[in-house]
Amino acid sequence: MTTAMTGQPRPRRFRVSRRVLPYLLSLPALLTCIGILIPFATAVIYSLQRYRLSQPWARKFNWGENYLNFLSDSAFWNTLKVSVVYAGLTVVLELLLGLGIALLLQKRSRLNNFVSIMLLMPLMTAPALASLMWKLMTNPGFGILSYFASLIGLENFNWASDPQTAMLTVVIVDVWVYTPFIMILLLAGLRSLPQQPFEAAALDGVPRLFVFWRITLPMLTPFLLTATLFRVIESIQQFDIIYAMTQGGPGDRLTVFQVEAYLNFFQSTNVGRSAALLMILWAITYALSNVFIKNWLRLREKQRGEA
Amino acid sequence: MYDKEKGLIDAYMRGQMSRRSLIRGLGSLGVTAATAETLLNLAGTRALAAEFDWKKHSGTTVKLLLNKHPYADALIADLDNFKELTGMDVQYDVFPEDVYFDKVTAALSSGSSEYDAFMTGAYMTWTYGPAGWIDDLNEYIQDPAKTNPMYAFDDFLPGVIKSCAWNGQPGGALGSDDAKQWCIPLAYEQNNLTYNKRIFEANGLNVPTNIDELLDTAKAAKAVMDGGYGVGVRGSRSWATIHPGFLSGYANFDQKDLNIDADGKLTAAMNTDVSKEYHKKWVQMIQESGAPDWSTHTWYQVGTDVGAGKSAMMFDADILGYFMNGGDNKEAGNLAFAAFAANPAATAPTPNIWIWAMAMSSFSQNKDATWYFLQWVTGPEHDLFGAQKMDLVNPARASVWADGAFRDKLSGKYSGYVEMHDASAPGASIKFTAQPLFFDLTTEWAATLQKMVAKEVPVDEGLDQLAESVNSQLQDAGL
Repeated sequence: MTTAMTGQPRPRRFRVSRRVLPYLLSLPALLTCIGILIPFATAVIYSLQRYRLSQPWARKFNWGENYLNFLSDSAFWNTLKVSVVYAGLTVVLELLLGLGIALLLQKRSRLNNFVSIMLLMPLMTAPALASLMWKLMTNPGFGILSYFASLIGLENFNWASDPQTAMLTVVIVDVWVYTPFIMILLLAGLRSLPQQPFEAAALDGVPRLFVFWRITLPMLTPFLLTATLFRVIESIQQFDIIYAMTQGGPGDRLTVFQVEAYLNFFQSTNVGRSAALLMILWAITYALSNVFIKNWLRLREKQRGEA
Repeated sequence: MYDKEKGLIDAYMRGQMSRRSLIRGLGSLGVTAATAETLLNLAGTRALAAEFDWKKHSGTTVKLLLNKHPYADALIADLDNFKELTGMDVQYDVFPEDVYFDKVTAALSSGSSEYDAFMTGAYMTWTYGPAGWIDDLNEYIQDPAKTNPMYAFDDFLPGVIKSCAWNGQPGGALGSDDAKQWCIPLAYEQNNLTYNKRIFEANGLNVPTNIDELLDTAKAAKAVMDGGYGVGVRGSRSWATIHPGFLSGYANFDQKDLNIDADGKLTAAMNTDVSKEYHKKWVQMIQESGAPDWSTHTWYQVGTDVGAGKSAMMFDADILGYFMNGGDNKEAGNLAFAAFAANPAATAPTPNIWIWAMAMSSFSQNKDATWYFLQWVTGPEHDLFGAQKMDLVNPARASVWADGAFRDKLSGKYSGYVEMHDASAPGASIKFTAQPLFFDLTTEWAATLQKMVAKEVPVDEGLDQLAESVNSQLQDAGL
């Protein structure tokens, strides 16, 4: 048997030289990177062009002119202001509410587990659908929320169709959809914190508020930063809730970056301006991400050092 | 088919008897009205085939991109006749209107050859045409080898067919001699008054005949409606807010969106004194008796509110009233129609129109076969089938409007519809200036209207600001 086996040619094994192996292993990442960079590079090129689909004969590189035009474009500054206000309001409210709810549900119990699962429901609703649902609930004629508003003396409260309350309305919808995301992240953080400091504080009879400010909050900061990072990035890129509820109106009250860029591309077919707007949005997102990640890393190092 | 039935149908096809006499004759032979119509449709198809080689592209498949709409439903319901007539196959994708034009833009701008033809609005061709995404259909229409002699191009209502033709020059007149036929209409909408007869009669309201009366009647109607409002018009931040009732009334005062100077340059024309006066009345009407959430109202809310009895009337597409007067709508059967001339000094209404039309993709790999489909779907037989059997209203062909059965169908269920159409059709056309910035400028116009209604800016000042912005954009675009 052995003799017979040695007579057979040994199966050829695919050998990869040590020099090629690292390149082969990183090839999938490289291909993915190229896949991402091609559309990005295309957008950069478009943003440097005068490019309207309806005037193809006028297409040409105008280099930074689309960006320079923004400096004197009141619509752009309005877009920047609206986007920042929207992101600021939604993130702050969601953090406060998410943290509050997470603190209430921190203790493990069947009821708390059930409630935390139930509170995740809005997060599982597509934002566009949530917007339609809220649109119905805030209808001045038959909306349940309009009815409740009338009960507390707010007659003719026109929600998203009134310029004074449009921002408030879309912020409420965003908070309804995304607070559970913050809540679940912070709840996981709270439950993972080491118990010794809390037990020691309890033994010493330290007031709860002091424990919260001096122990819970500092230890929870990396989780807060992570949640903030995700929400800021998403909020400043908000599209579906605002577009489904108001299309950016009334007037120019809610023309955030994505809505403005979408309308520029699909309605005005102004590819150059749309791409330039999105590049600015990318730069803002990139800068914010860097700030958050650097702070997060700094905190982590600090906590490791303390440990 | 039996000889007697065959004889009757052949006599009809030779023009020796009316359609009604034919159906009565077939009825006496025991053929039901529905079957008679089917037989007639088949006979019409046979007659078409006799004159023209419909089988030339047999075995070819064309693919369509369609909007979810009763016009698309009519097309799909009649497809078997086309397949039998030509031996061709037809595939299609249907998308809801909310995303439909995004899909069209994405398909065309990427140069995709997936779709051979698609539904479009005439305004959209002002982008698609100059971009080189759609073909000028004149080369097919004028080629006797490619077009059925019974196609009857002259049968299209002049204002409608001309609105689908543009020479591509910013400000160029629609339907000019050098215009390219970018699309061919399936059917169209005029903007007139749809009012609730029940509410009007119960409260002694008269149908308004001009803008001042419209304001008064809307106010009076709101006062007597429990929780409802007087008049529905669109208000969302979109070009679609400008084109229905608003522009129809505006055009009735001989007002334009843009001026064209001797050099062909365009300038804003919406801040004239007459325009400012009209805007003030329009804004006042919405503030006093429009929907409380007007600024989010699209055609859907405007239509459903009048259908549900929430509004006493609407100044919008007549076919929206047509659809709301049927189905499960609360006010089905209570809606009536009236032609509306906003200007008391005008002799007739001048409704701006929306057209659902078919266009051919320049990237199609089967253009001749696609043209066979297009001439069939916009031809007299399908138009008549759609108008009589389905909801292809308003048909774009004069012969269909002259058809007794179609008129009877409308008169029976839609009070005043035929009269409204006949009164306003001669003045019906697209009232916008054809130019590539159409969507930019009209969306900004709608946003300005929203600011005026919300009292964020006075009408005079808002229009001056709008005109300044429009001029700047036109100049920047080299128009």
